Amino acid sequence: MRLIAALSLLVALLFLVSLSLGPAEVGSLRGLQALLFGGDGPLPIVMREIRLPRAILGLLIGGGLGLAGAALQGYLRNPLAEPQLIGVSGMGALGAVIAIQTGLSTAFALGLPLAALAGAALGVAALMALAGPRGGSVTLILAGVAIASLAGAGIALVLNLSPNPYAAAEIMFWLMGSLADRSMSHVWLALPLMVLGSALVLATGRALDALTLGEQAAAALGVSPARLRWQLVAGVALIVGPATAVAGAIGFVGLVVPHILRPWVGARPSRLLPASALGGAAMLLAADIAVRLIVPERDLKLGVLTAIVGAPLFLHLIWKTRAGGRL
Amino acid sequence: MSLLSLSRLSVTRRRRPVLRDVSLDVAAGEFVGLIGPNGAGKSTLMEAALGLIPCEGRSSLADLSAAERARHAAYLPQSREIAWPVSVEVLIALGRIPWPGASNAQDRAAVDAAISRMGLEPFRHRTANRLSGGEQARGLIARVLAQETPLLIADEPIAGLDPAHQLSCLSLLRDLATEGRGVLVSVHDLGMAARFCSRLVLLSGGAVLADGTPDEVLSDDNLARGFGIRVQRIETPEGTAIVPAAPL
Repeated sequence: MRLIAALSLLVALLFLVSLSLGPAEVGSLRGLQALLFGGDGPLPIVMREIRLPRAILGLLIGGGLGLAGAALQGYLRNPLAEPQLIGVSGMGALGAVIAIQTGLSTAFALGLPLAALAGAALGVAALMALAGPRGGSVTLILAGVAIASLAGAGIALVLNLSPNPYAAAEIMFWLMGSLADRSMSHVWLALPLMVLGSALVLATGRALDALTLGEQAAAALGVSPARLRWQLVAGVALIVGPATAVAGAIGFVGLVVPHILRPWVGARPSRLLPASALGGAAMLLAADIAVRLIVPERDLKLGVLTAIVGAPLFLHLIWKTRAGGRL
Repeated sequence: MSLLSLSRLSVTRRRRPVLRDVSLDVAAGEFVGLIGPNGAGKSTLMEAALGLIPCEGRSSLADLSAAERARHAAYLPQSREIAWPVSVEVLIALGRIPWPGASNAQDRAAVDAAISRMGLEPFRHRTANRLSGGEQARGLIARVLAQETPLLIADEPIAGLDPAHQLSCLSLLRDLATEGRGVLVSVHDLGMAARFCSRLVLLSGGAVLADGTPDEVLSDDNLARGFGIRVQRIETPEGTAIVPAAPL
């Protein structure tokens, strides 16, 4: 409980810091005043239309990725599982890339995220068709890996056939993941789906605890394997699909955060879920603050930073786990 | 009172029959040992009885909902998986999952009782999957006890345990049966099965070859037909030791 309280406090703090950062120099207090009570001039608009959606999306996507990562690790009983594993984000990215390539993304404001959502939905449909109602967790991984590599090949093909280097560069930059220049309409697109997905995932806690003993023992403890898989895949897809659609591919949050927090919750999958959601939100908010502080003039991409920080952190964890003889 | 009733249970895998028309009852107070060679269908019988795999025929447990079944029968599978480094206490508390309506005090009482019964008090806060094999096995049995079910089904509970742990595990299961629970286990050690179980069921090729008291079931003829071995019997103060002598 103390961990949850501390993480909540950290997230709240980072949320406020995120709100007070931007090219327009305003004191954090004045900014908050303008956000809450409005006022004259451009400040309330800057706060409501630029900074608020960015901070909300950081919270939402970070939290979602942390939660989805913890749930998938619990389900697959593998600390190396991450939300990208089931291929939904890859298919979402493919949808987005096609939207950029065909000009759909510039035809109307939500063209890109909607195309990405369609891609993600297609990915889930393929996953469920392949992994089937009776498949085990191994089938799910294999199907996910196959779909993810197919999506990767599709993205490479679009880049390959790209008529000019500018389109290719735009695709590359989008793939790196970012929260810059997102609007409230992005928030309204992602929020309901991600909340629904999170509710589905959070409800799997007890079943994930039971899975600690293996699939058979869990089934004998009253867990329905088919229902759990459906609930988990649908929940993770509803989180990862919209997250990819509005922010691009952001790696390592869903992998590293559950890993860091696991010892703090006594390794219990059910207790890891909320902790990892808060931890993910904190990590992404912090990373999004960092990209604005490190090189404010160069638009450092969020996904690049999470990977640059996340990968060495992960190596360190592997090193520590190996030294402890736990891997 | 019958706690488990199987009638004409059959399981087919890839068009090959694994279990054929098995009928079996386990009553309260009985300690039933399933014996038979590898591949005889012992594990399959347990899984089918628990409704974990599709089967033909009828198991009394299959009529219950998954949640009710988990409050009636606890199952210790052959794989002794503990996927995460949880504490022994948390591991044992997993047995309380089928009881969402129970109060915290009830849950704690059940976990404490299981811990003290298995002598795990010194290990309560230790990390379960870093204990020795014997201690892990005790933790997993304690988890099954915390489930507080009238029926216990354990798949090779003494496999991989040292002799002292084998003895204490089987005598615990026998005590549980004496207290009025029904216990069904699969065992490979025929001598141990003869000594502790009140009844043995010999499976061979997916069918019941013999069902009765240990003396009846472990006849030379049954062992020859079921296992294809000749045995030597040595009388000891603790009972008859059965030593596999030679393949036929």
